[in-house]
Amino acid sequence: MSSQPRLVEVRQNVLKQNDVLARALRQRFEGAGLYVVSLVSSPGAGKTTLLEKTLTRLRENGRRVAALVGDLATENDAARLSRSHVPVKQIITGTVCHLDAGMVQRSLDEWELSELDCLFIENVGNLVCPSSYDLGENLRMVLMSVTEGEDKPLKYPTIFNTADVAVITKMDLAEAVEFDLPAADRSIQSVRPGMHVLRVSAKTGAGLDEYLSFLESRIENSVAVGSRSPA
Amino acid sequence: MSIIEGASREAKNHGGAKVHAVHLKLGPLSGVVKDALLFSYGLACVGTLLEGSQLVVEEVPVVVFCHRCETEKTLDSIQLFRCPGCGTLTPDVVSGRQLELAAIEISDGEDVDLDPDVSFAEAAI
Repeated sequence: MSSQPRLVEVRQNVLKQNDVLARALRQRFEGAGLYVVSLVSSPGAGKTTLLEKTLTRLRENGRRVAALVGDLATENDAARLSRSHVPVKQIITGTVCHLDAGMVQRSLDEWELSELDCLFIENVGNLVCPSSYDLGENLRMVLMSVTEGEDKPLKYPTIFNTADVAVITKMDLAEAVEFDLPAADRSIQSVRPGMHVLRVSAKTGAGLDEYLSFLESRIENSVAVGSRSPA
Repeated sequence: MSIIEGASREAKNHGGAKVHAVHLKLGPLSGVVKDALLFSYGLACVGTLLEGSQLVVEEVPVVVFCHRCETEKTLDSIQLFRCPGCGTLTPDVVSGRQLELAAIEISDGEDVDLDPDVSFAEAAI
């Protein structure tokens, strides 16, 4: 016997479970005085190359850094990043096209977070799905390379809108591909007004100093805030 | 999968044995595409309380706060975060990120076997 259907209001975020985990992660990171940066981009925009340089340079500057790297199938990225001589862990997602807060949480088990200053999380190369999942990060960095075209932000407005800073990569190729920098800036500002934009070439090192001092200042602020709060 | 899980849980909590429809609110900044949801919904429902139910998606617009007009404005396009009134660029999103399970339509009846233990890692939709 079935009765008449009735309407029940739920009003619940579908990704509530992820958001709850992400909130817990954020509190844990804050408690450990750890600044967390996630990197998102399309496949091949240069996340791993830039991250390898970033980890090496920050380590040389005396920062205690580590990285989690998401990939569908291989451990190649972790192998590349391990050349920077910092702790690196691979998250293989199988068929899943993004990282979620649960995957990040499970990957942190063996690390003593209070012994780190900054953790980088390299998401799976994808400009769609990662935008929905909060990973508990302090800063979401979106990368676009000059070879992808100036209108990339207009094609993927959601990921650019949910990011905190944009990094234009492979600037050494800008001239060869006739990259229109003002047009790219306009695209970014159109979907995320006021977003800070950095330009780098991980290959030649151009722009890396400015990029690293931006990161250093963010880490410094977070350490300062962390040391003020009770243990 | 998160939708199926959430709706099944709510149906059980409210004593429903059969789910007839799931109402979802979807914002353009959720990162989820309506057509992809509708396409996969039927398949994902098989073997759950939701089998045979209808997914009703209400698309909600992006609303921003314009500091110049000091009011909330609805955007025409998510490619341009500009106040449609005065033309000022504004990054302040008030709404439009929703992926919200708004309501479910349920009825009582015989209990149906279901497996609520859907792995969270598979919760891609």
